[in-house]
Amino acid sequence: MTAIKSRGTITIDTDTCKGCELCITACPPRVLSMTSEVNQLGYRYPQLHPGCTGCAACLMVCPDFCFEVFRFDEPVLTDIAGAAEEPS
Amino acid sequence: MTVVAPADRRLMEGSEAMAEAAIAAGCRFFAGYPMTPFTELLEHLAKKLPEADGVCINAESELEAVGMAWGALATGARAATGSTGQGLSLMQESFSEITLAELPLVVFNMARGQQDYFQATRGGGHGDYRHLVLAPLDIAEAVELTQLAFHLADKWRNPVLVYGDYLLAHTHEAVSVERIEFPPLPSKAWAVDGSGGGTGESRLVTPLGLAKHGHEAPGIERHLRGITAKHADMEREEQRAETAFCDDAETVVVAFGTPAKFVRYVVSQLRAEGEKVGFVRPISLWPYPFEAVAQATDGATTVAVFELCAGQMIDDVRLAVLGRAPIVAIGGISTDGSGFGVGPLLDAEIIRDRVLAAHRGGADAELPPLPVNDRG
Amino acid sequence: MPREHVGAEGPVGPVLDTSTAPDHAKKVADLKPDLLLTQEHNLCPGCGEPLALRVYLEALQELGVTQRSIMVAGIGCYTAFTSTVDVDLVQALHGRAPSVATGAKRMQPDSVVFTLQGDGDMVNEGLQEVLHTAARGENVTCILLNNGVFGETGGHMTATSVLGQRTKNTLDGRDAEYHGYPILIGDLIARLQGAAYVARGSVHNAGAVARTKKMFRRAFESQLRGDGFSFVEVLTMCPTGWFIPTGDGPDYMHETLGEVHVMGELKVGGVVKTTEELHDENVARQREVEGALERGGLDR
Repeated sequence: MTAIKSRGTITIDTDTCKGCELCITACPPRVLSMTSEVNQLGYRYPQLHPGCTGCAACLMVCPDFCFEVFRFDEPVLTDIAGAAEEPS
Repeated sequence: MTVVAPADRRLMEGSEAMAEAAIAAGCRFFAGYPMTPFTELLEHLAKKLPEADGVCINAESELEAVGMAWGALATGARAATGSTGQGLSLMQESFSEITLAELPLVVFNMARGQQDYFQATRGGGHGDYRHLVLAPLDIAEAVELTQLAFHLADKWRNPVLVYGDYLLAHTHEAVSVERIEFPPLPSKAWAVDGSGGGTGESRLVTPLGLAKHGHEAPGIERHLRGITAKHADMEREEQRAETAFCDDAETVVVAFGTPAKFVRYVVSQLRAEGEKVGFVRPISLWPYPFEAVAQATDGATTVAVFELCAGQMIDDVRLAVLGRAPIVAIGGISTDGSGFGVGPLLDAEIIRDRVLAAHRGGADAELPPLPVNDRG
Repeated sequence: MPREHVGAEGPVGPVLDTSTAPDHAKKVADLKPDLLLTQEHNLCPGCGEPLALRVYLEALQELGVTQRSIMVAGIGCYTAFTSTVDVDLVQALHGRAPSVATGAKRMQPDSVVFTLQGDGDMVNEGLQEVLHTAARGENVTCILLNNGVFGETGGHMTATSVLGQRTKNTLDGRDAEYHGYPILIGDLIARLQGAAYVARGSVHNAGAVARTKKMFRRAFESQLRGDGFSFVEVLTMCPTGWFIPTGDGPDYMHETLGEVHVMGELKVGGVVKTTEELHDENVARQREVEGALERGGLDR
């Protein structure tokens, strides 16, 4: 089992997202993908995968102010086959 | 209106008197672009405003001049601009929108004759907007009406235009510019000075009917209707006119602005000779004093209109008279060689002949030919 | 065994919960600037203007001038922000913000007065206003959101549209012979003695956004010092006006508008650079970065 280290994480205001996908390409470690569901505005929105560094690039390129960005006190590990474990 | 501060009486041209009057009224910002016969008003303000801790900017265009005044007004200052008719043509979009933004702009038209009546009263800009328009007879009245303009502009949060001309601008008289005290006005809570930032109560000065998030915006329709309602109130309350000898007049002559002084003189002379002529002078061009003109012309068999243009105010006279008497245009286009100034028609003898022709001939009056400017 | 996630692979692993703030973490970036009353607006998906809005509001806040700032807005899509920014604001007409800013600054000389205008507003309708205000050395900051089109009316050519750019009224691309050449407004302003700080930013990626924020700070600082006129142009995406998918906006912008309206500081500390010089500097810097990458650096 391998685990991926996340130094940071984000919250995403999916209701306000307009599905522009700028965050997807802006994210340097490429940990965002678009959902297949749509929000109440009818747009698909991003979701987060392990490996976030908390760099806030997504926030800086988001025209709709959907993100908050956090850095963990200690990096969090996510088993890529399962759920997140305790910080090591 | 109470005179508060008697000042020294000295010889000055109308432009200077109006500049002093503006400053006496609290004007602390002016921007303008040189153009005859407005240029001297700008010159005088350029000299005097800084002495009164104000700012006068020689704007690079008329359009920028009115924009600068807009910015100054938005901060709550008393501000003005001006030009002659041609320059005001350039400012029309801003005039419309400043009215919708409910800013108290004072505008001086030092006109080349009286052909800017439509521009002033109908407005050359777009949309349903109105400006109060005041037309002084002479320098003394210009000193009063300039100060009144600033007061009314603030009272109604609406632009006011002072209709002057070459004669007013350049005639020299002994004048004392006395500051007039007006009734107090509410403070300008809407004015923008930067202090609202970050408080959640920041201010927005806009013609668009928007408001800051969290406050109810009227929306453009309600906003426009509100301004129209305000204009209806202005229309009722701000009509001004002067009448003389109208009670038993058979012929009533209507004139405004500086030419009206000549007409008034002629009428009073003719009265002294026993002719039943009367005189009515609109002082507010908008709102036009329809009631006063209607009353003054009520018993007349002829109404004569004297204006230095092809005939613009005559439309409003027709509306006031509503067919009760024939209306004879006794004015006309008359200017000097440059086109800026005073033409040969502005002559008491010539005006007298034309008044008499209307008085005697009525609807079928044959008027003498218009004098010709000897420089073509 | 834990490993770093290598970006080139694309996202791997499960979707994580992003609905609430995490425990054992510190927030490093807020949802929206304090000076923005609401994050909601009706601008298009992928619009670059809110990106510029965020960083200049942050710059004002960081400089501590919130309670003496006066914003003068022109007419364009960004007019929508007049309701949502918590800054004292005067709405001007299309092209006419610089003169309004002048009047406001003269009456409130201790305030930070800045305009927000688009390229159609500033470089078409209002070209003389911004040039005169700059020449006069008026102590205001003019901000240009440049997307090379009239966005609000549907994507028509402006004075900054680049050759070959397809717009609603240049469907075959801007043609020099028929439509003339774009104006590089920053260069015109930089040459005026009254202009103290002139810069051109862009929001095509996070790094550019960060650089642009620095430009805003320098511009406002220049105004606070009373140096004269300051100017920041920001290239912003308009995928709607460019008729391209939103995701393509940044690259399209960088490769079309960005090649002509080149990013960089055109005037600072009395030193004037031309756009050509900025272009050469950027090319040189790009080569350096590529060289370092080839040598194995920059692997984070």
